[in-house]
Amino acid sequence: MLGKLTWAAIPFDQPIPLIAAALVGVVIIGVLAWVALKGWLPYLWREWITSVDHKRIGIMYILLAMVMLLRGFTDAIMMRSQQALSFQSQGYLPPEHYDQIFSAHGTLMIFFVAMPFVIGLMNFVMPLQLGIRDVAFPTLNSVSLWLTATGALLVNISLVVGEFARTGWLPFPPLSEMTYSPGVGVDYYLWAIQISGVGTLLTGINFVTTVLKIHAPGMTYMRMPMFCWTTLASSLLIVAAFPILTATLAMLLLDRYLGFHFFTNEAGGNVMMFMNLIWAWGHPEVYILILPAFGIFSEVISTFSRKPLFNYRTMVIATMAICILSFTVWLHHFFTMGAGADVNAIFGIASMIIAVPTGVKVFNWLFTMYGGRVVYSSPMLWSLGFMVTFVIGGMTGVLLAMPPVDFVLHNSLFLVAHFHNVIIGGVLFGAFAGYTYWFPKAFGFRLHERLGKASFWCWVIGFYAAFMPLYVLGLMGMTRRMQHYDVPAWRPWLLIAAGGAAIILVGIILQIAQLVVSIRRRDALRDETGDPWNGRSLEWATSSPPPAFNFAVLPHVEGEEAYWGIKQRARQQAKLADEPNYAAIEMPRNSPTGFICAFFATFMGFALIWHIWWMVALAALGAYATFVVFAWRDRVEYVIPADVVARIDRANRSARGEVLARMQTSP
Amino acid sequence: MPAKPDGLPDSERPWQLLRSTGARARRSAGIMAPVLLTACQPAVLDPRGPIGIAEKTLLIDSLAIMLAIVVPTIAATLAFAWWFRASNPRAIYLPNFEYSGRIELIVWSIPLLTIILLGGVAWIGSHDLDPAKPLASKTPALEVQVVSLDWKWLFIYPRQGVASVNQLVVPAGVPLHFSLTSASVMNAFFIPQLGSMIYTMNGMTTQLNLQADAPGTFLGQSSHYSGDGFSGMHFEVRAVPSEQFDAWIEDTRKTGPTLDAASYVELTKQSMNTSPFTYRAADATLFQQIVTQQLPPGPGPQSGRPHPSVSPRTEY
Repeated sequence: MLGKLTWAAIPFDQPIPLIAAALVGVVIIGVLAWVALKGWLPYLWREWITSVDHKRIGIMYILLAMVMLLRGFTDAIMMRSQQALSFQSQGYLPPEHYDQIFSAHGTLMIFFVAMPFVIGLMNFVMPLQLGIRDVAFPTLNSVSLWLTATGALLVNISLVVGEFARTGWLPFPPLSEMTYSPGVGVDYYLWAIQISGVGTLLTGINFVTTVLKIHAPGMTYMRMPMFCWTTLASSLLIVAAFPILTATLAMLLLDRYLGFHFFTNEAGGNVMMFMNLIWAWGHPEVYILILPAFGIFSEVISTFSRKPLFNYRTMVIATMAICILSFTVWLHHFFTMGAGADVNAIFGIASMIIAVPTGVKVFNWLFTMYGGRVVYSSPMLWSLGFMVTFVIGGMTGVLLAMPPVDFVLHNSLFLVAHFHNVIIGGVLFGAFAGYTYWFPKAFGFRLHERLGKASFWCWVIGFYAAFMPLYVLGLMGMTRRMQHYDVPAWRPWLLIAAGGAAIILVGIILQIAQLVVSIRRRDALRDETGDPWNGRSLEWATSSPPPAFNFAVLPHVEGEEAYWGIKQRARQQAKLADEPNYAAIEMPRNSPTGFICAFFATFMGFALIWHIWWMVALAALGAYATFVVFAWRDRVEYVIPADVVARIDRANRSARGEVLARMQTSP
Repeated sequence: MPAKPDGLPDSERPWQLLRSTGARARRSAGIMAPVLLTACQPAVLDPRGPIGIAEKTLLIDSLAIMLAIVVPTIAATLAFAWWFRASNPRAIYLPNFEYSGRIELIVWSIPLLTIILLGGVAWIGSHDLDPAKPLASKTPALEVQVVSLDWKWLFIYPRQGVASVNQLVVPAGVPLHFSLTSASVMNAFFIPQLGSMIYTMNGMTTQLNLQADAPGTFLGQSSHYSGDGFSGMHFEVRAVPSEQFDAWIEDTRKTGPTLDAASYVELTKQSMNTSPFTYRAADATLFQQIVTQQLPPGPGPQSGRPHPSVSPRTEY
């Protein structure tokens, strides 16, 4: 009846996951009960869960990323404390638990923190910057979100029901094959990634179509803000790379479920094939994450230097160059597999070449500040922290691209330090910069600035304290994923690293405090103008938060930095542009398709993991039926009448008029 | 496998004279090992062989080349951000400065020239330090066959006909040629102080050439995660003078079990934190049988078969 699922799957003998799960359960039930008691469920369902509005979907993506960041960071704290304790002892986490923790940490942080965070920001910002009303396929966007949430849910269910993978964040065979990992852990990993991977691929297709095909009038490619370019590059990479991931994991699933031999030791299976395939996705993946972050830094540094982005054209070329080059370097993840010197050298040099466009970008940000008036707001602080930290990470990356150096540093803590250096110092700092920068646009009030800056300093100092020791440990020969160790010289450095993690924890607590304090003081932090930072691109042309239709009339773009141009013209003429003729706007209707589809996908994933075949069939049927119902819908859009549009836009115009008047009186 | 130059097999050398010395050295090394491990940290930056030394040099050189650019870049970032702060009235404001051909040339050429230089270093280094490339030496290389198991290391000395688990004794100053494979999952064979690591994979052989220049004790480990017993999968490497090595071989031949197909299959069963031991005799064709899978791959975890819901927890 329930396949492999029995009471034995619940780890009653292990207090840590049980207490953690109970705590999470209490929080979830508490939040649900609170929402229900307040009578907010219908509102949540109507306005958020079924929403196909790119802004709300973006916000929900970011919320998912932040909750998962807490879970992933808890894993990080456990790993750091285990290694601080486990010198010549077992510490407090036995290997089978520790191995699940580092596997879950990597999986969550990449797939369910970094990915949703950047996808959420792209979702929210890109259509606003292009001056359009929504993405190309709004309902598909909702499906993507909820399928991603399904994946995150499955990973978290594994905490209490069964186990998670003990194979690392990439399940290298043959360890991940049935022979060596007979439990459900690897299956949890595989189905979670497969289901959320579908969502990610759909997002990629959606965004590529949007950026290439839908623009405000006059918004030519070379007038698009930098962030739209990086969104395009990142989405192209998703479209090209995620099918490789899906195919690779599908082959592993066939091995595990149907006795195929793609990657087994026996019958001609080849593990080297898996290594090549997974990294043919894996290396573009890091650029999928970092390119949108580069876009955010470009926007933030330009805005807070009060200058256009330096060398825009070159930045576009560099972005697209990285996009292509990222597919030519995957072999540097396994120089130590014994390929010949020619192969290693060619891939080593190819990897180094990526440093050229990246270096050009750093220099262009540098010269964006040159001759500017740099305002030290917290998004700018994250960007400066990034510029300093990222060049260090880039340098160690080039070092690891040198095959003979990699021969002694591969799989060491030096490598761990390197990729955290670029992912925290690059992707996460970028995500936080974007979060602070666009928060007033999303909610109509700013985040508390001093708490934001305090959190920034904790993150930066904590990052250096936590990861510089790992560079040292790597040079001392310590490999990654050690549950215990016997070398006394490693211990002091691991203790420092644990201290660094504690400082980061303070940074996270400050971020939570910042959010709470900002919501409580939202009236004082209110942004009435829609343009709190004196921005340069079109998202600042509409009110904060923007109306459902974003722009009452699609803006006419007459050059780079579309909104800066509009503002300049208004200042020269000492008045706003004439009031446009308002017309009724058609917007896509909300749809529960995404949520219901993901509901069935969750059951299907769970049933596949536990071999509950009747439930698989039922859930698959349900998901299919959901799409059939959606495909047969007859009402696709709803109409916002012209007078409503006019009323909303006049309010926005009057706020802008006041700003303009203030500017005229104080030169 | 390349044939060794003709000469007396190690087993026929006049070892008797050295036997007592060797035994004493072995005892004292056994006592000294933990102390030595503490004193010489197993550091990549403290290499004890030609490969490790060359790799350390390459690491330092590449780092120096990049620091020459990275340090000024960080300094310029901080300097620009500070000088052009909005509150500094002495800084010029160039609100429309967004392009300069001269700067464009510089920002492309600096990283490009650096990478051309480093690329050259990478090309030469990759060829000089290819793990499969034999070391230039007058002394013939010692052949060692390495098998990674769940979760221990098996070292077979095919010429000497002995084998050891989690303990690698090698002559100092003699090139070492390792042929490596895995009995089950992937691992990586790594002695940080001697240099290059290399993967071990079932059904395949990888090659690695290393050398310890002087006697010493080093930490060897697996550097590719391989499952629950991974952290305990390290071994002691003892580089000893040639005479002592011969004596060790002779001593080894006297005691311990023999390694044949049956005892190998027993060894492939999962076990953690295995204490070192030696085999007095080893089947010379064993490695070949493992690589060609005439001997089956390791069985993996056994409890709860055939349908365990949760991977069985390993006892330790």
